[in-house]
Amino acid sequence: MTRRAVVAALALLLALATPAWAIGDPAERLPDPALEARAAELGGQLRCLVCQNESIEDSGADLARDLRHIVRAHIAAGETDSQIIAWMTARYGDFVRLRPPFNPTTALLWASPFVALLIGGGAAYASRRRAVAPPPPLDAAEQSRLRELLNP
Amino acid sequence: MRRRLLLLAPLGAAALAGAGFLAMLRRMRTGRFDPRGVPTMLLGKPVPIFALPGFALPGFASAGFASVDLAGADLAGGRPILLNFFASWCAPCVAENPRLMALHEAGIPLWGIAYKDRPDATAAFLGRHGNPFTRIGRDDAGLTAIDFGVTGVPETFLIDASGVVRWHLSGPLTQEAADEAASMLRQYA
Repeated sequence: MTRRAVVAALALLLALATPAWAIGDPAERLPDPALEARAAELGGQLRCLVCQNESIEDSGADLARDLRHIVRAHIAAGETDSQIIAWMTARYGDFVRLRPPFNPTTALLWASPFVALLIGGGAAYASRRRAVAPPPPLDAAEQSRLRELLNP
Repeated sequence: MRRRLLLLAPLGAAALAGAGFLAMLRRMRTGRFDPRGVPTMLLGKPVPIFALPGFALPGFASAGFASVDLAGADLAGGRPILLNFFASWCAPCVAENPRLMALHEAGIPLWGIAYKDRPDATAAFLGRHGNPFTRIGRDDAGLTAIDFGVTGVPETFLIDASGVVRWHLSGPLTQEAADEAASMLRQYA
């Protein structure tokens, strides 16, 4: 098979590929695509308490499935995102949120990029100030010696 | 002088970070800090409202424990209670069973909630290992467990006489934890 055919086949495969659904079981999804998208977005911000580094949308754990179901039930009941997050944090604390809120305990965490920028900027400024001045241009004698060396 | 200061500043920062890291490791070893620990939101709060069907074990009725439905209000019964979420399919539940039995034999009121379990499997489990519970509720859907903030079985809660959660353990009951629970129970009696 020619290389062109392989590339074409790959392109066709890519074009035909469906998006990877986080939830394997279509029965879990809400019938309304807009509401389902909201549920998936919200579930993506909630930590699976079993695997801990996955969202409940990505996790295969039993508890994550229950929580996905709860998120969808609350959305179908017409609750807002913040109401659902409040429901979750009432049970599992801020730990359940993959994006922690800004409060005294997380202040250092949220400030860390700015602190790093300040330290880096300070170091760059200090090293610039310490940079030695460029050497003075060559005088006439040095110029002629240079020419001599370059063109023997 | 300035040069020395510039040399010492990063060293000092590294030493400080190292000391902080060591302190964190020590706290992790003694169990005072658990990065994977899910906070217990119920501490100091009344137990959630729930109503579960009771679980009938053969012989329960004759011992005076009929298959009584278990509700949140029952936990505010004027005496402290240890409430244990368990399941027949949970290996750590087998491991902690002897300590639960010891607490039961010491006269400590222990109630159980069977989490996502089949009644026949629960009965077989308790028949094989011993039943430390005087009352059992069946949380077949696992939704009451979520209201308690349970992330997996076993978990144990100490509920005081007025139905307020005073102590919580995630994972199997160690001997130290059992002693702690027993002394807390006396404190809230």
